[in-house]
Amino acid sequence: MGNRSIVPYGPQHPVLPEPIHLDLVLEDEKVLAAIPSIGFIHRGLESLTSKKDFNEMVYVAERICGICSYMHGMGYCMALEEIMGVEVPRRADYLRTIWCEMSRLHSHLLWLGLLADGFGFESLFMHSWRLREKILDMFEESTGGRVIFSVNTIGGVLKDMPADMLKDFVRQLNEMEKEIRETTSIFMDDYTVKSRLVDIGIITGEDAIRRGAVGPMMRASGINVDMRKNGYAAYNDIDFEVITSNKCDSYARCEVRIGEIFQSIDIIRQCVEKIPDTEINTKVTGMPNGEAFIRVEQPRGEAFYHVRANGTKFLDRFRVRTPTFANIPALTQTLQGCQYGDVPLLILTIDPCISCTER
Amino acid sequence: MQELKKDLYLIDKAELLQVIMEKKNALWRLCQICCSYPKAEKHYEITYSFANGYEFANYRLVVEREEEVPSISRVYKSAIYYENEMHELWGLNVDNIKVDMHDKLYRIDVETPFLEKEGE
Amino acid sequence: MGQFLPFTKQVIKNLFSEPATTQYPFVPREYPERTRGHVDINKDNCILCGMCMRSCPPGAITVDRVGKTWSINRFDCVQCGYCVEKCPKKCLSITPGYQEPGPEKFAYTVEVPYEPPKPAAKPATPAMAK
Repeated sequence: MGNRSIVPYGPQHPVLPEPIHLDLVLEDEKVLAAIPSIGFIHRGLESLTSKKDFNEMVYVAERICGICSYMHGMGYCMALEEIMGVEVPRRADYLRTIWCEMSRLHSHLLWLGLLADGFGFESLFMHSWRLREKILDMFEESTGGRVIFSVNTIGGVLKDMPADMLKDFVRQLNEMEKEIRETTSIFMDDYTVKSRLVDIGIITGEDAIRRGAVGPMMRASGINVDMRKNGYAAYNDIDFEVITSNKCDSYARCEVRIGEIFQSIDIIRQCVEKIPDTEINTKVTGMPNGEAFIRVEQPRGEAFYHVRANGTKFLDRFRVRTPTFANIPALTQTLQGCQYGDVPLLILTIDPCISCTER
Repeated sequence: MQELKKDLYLIDKAELLQVIMEKKNALWRLCQICCSYPKAEKHYEITYSFANGYEFANYRLVVEREEEVPSISRVYKSAIYYENEMHELWGLNVDNIKVDMHDKLYRIDVETPFLEKEGE
Repeated sequence: MGQFLPFTKQVIKNLFSEPATTQYPFVPREYPERTRGHVDINKDNCILCGMCMRSCPPGAITVDRVGKTWSINRFDCVQCGYCVEKCPKKCLSITPGYQEPGPEKFAYTVEVPYEPPKPAAKPATPAMAK
């Protein structure tokens, strides 16, 4: 038996973009256990419901996270629409779908960059982020914000995209697709990249369920679950296959996410073809009373929203369970038995978004 | 067990473990545990959500402020984090969590920040 | 090229292509028309109703009905656009151009030339005099 020691890991660490702390129990170079703690940037956004009314909370919900901001706002609006019995116009549903998929594109490209940075491939990191930049420009052109869009409202969306803008976006995405294919083929084929990813951080399908993993983490273990198939927004009109992989390791998670990049481009194309010409929002009156459970598929996995209203303008409870929180138990599972040098990489493969987790 | 609305059932403490074991054996995934303290009712409401593929079920347990809740972390390991979270943010007493983080999961200064303080 | 040096193609391309970035301070960035940069007010239309102040999520806007001023702390503003949506007179707008950073927060104040209408009871007085 080797030397046992406990290494504090984080909250400040070069590879971590956000603060999470792990106590790693090591035996020589091998990790035996990992105990996470979070809350370094806890903001208590959930309890802001007692100070901000339910319309203002849309903007608070959007600011839960910087990367999947749009979907947080959308999930919150969907929950209130369910409580208040509002039917969203079809065009708004399609616009939401397009923005969702663009968010997924930019989030996955960001993650690929971080992963490349995690194993020290700086130029690949720059290339991924160069591609992502064009999507941010598209966001700015269509919504006015690069990261936080503020286009959601209860009952629809606030801004419309004219037909020529949509056509221009599809043209840009078609051009980008070729470039993305070149860049992602390096992740899939390069020998050095593969040596860092293959057979590292294995989590089997059953373990993933037992540990409550969500999103690409779960789909990389061969489990075919994608909340988009529940058919919220316009997804029930869109034809797409859930991307899974049976390899269960870090390489599989990379593969699933790369697959989803191309799938997102395809979904946007379908949306632009099918988008109907209707109003973009409906007037909502009255106060919410009741409760709703909403699950949406974010780039990182399934996010859960529970809203409970009591008939006044202040909500009783707004609960967000972000995908990263659900993936932390799976992360501790993958860390058990790995090499110390692989820890940063394994933390990155769950696509951590710690600020999300801390609401 | 009483159905409150679609996919939401009210259960009592005695039924909890039986429901949890049933879900575990059918390989359901623990989606989340949510704690809330509605101002009007003045009791804790704990919602356990389970998912299996696209199926979805929520079970609600109602407990008084000082009451203890049995831990389900021995059945579902991921419940460790949710239960510690409930304890740290809401001050709910969870009995016998498998890994008790001793208020160290969230490194925050305030004790039970989400719970309305007595007398406010 | 398969597994053997798949990045080479990209490297050669990089050598002979234009940089992806711009020379920022020398070449100014062009913002699209919809960019949410800062909140502007058309002071002639403002009626000092205070809707923007009450709806602002971070509480950056102050409306003073007595002193007839409308002011915004641009450092607190999150550019969500909720005030623009709520404004009954549509005198607020979000236009491109971000607030420049500064050593301390300050409020930007506009004096509004709005004259409140005479109280509604006025026309009733001559009727009473009859």
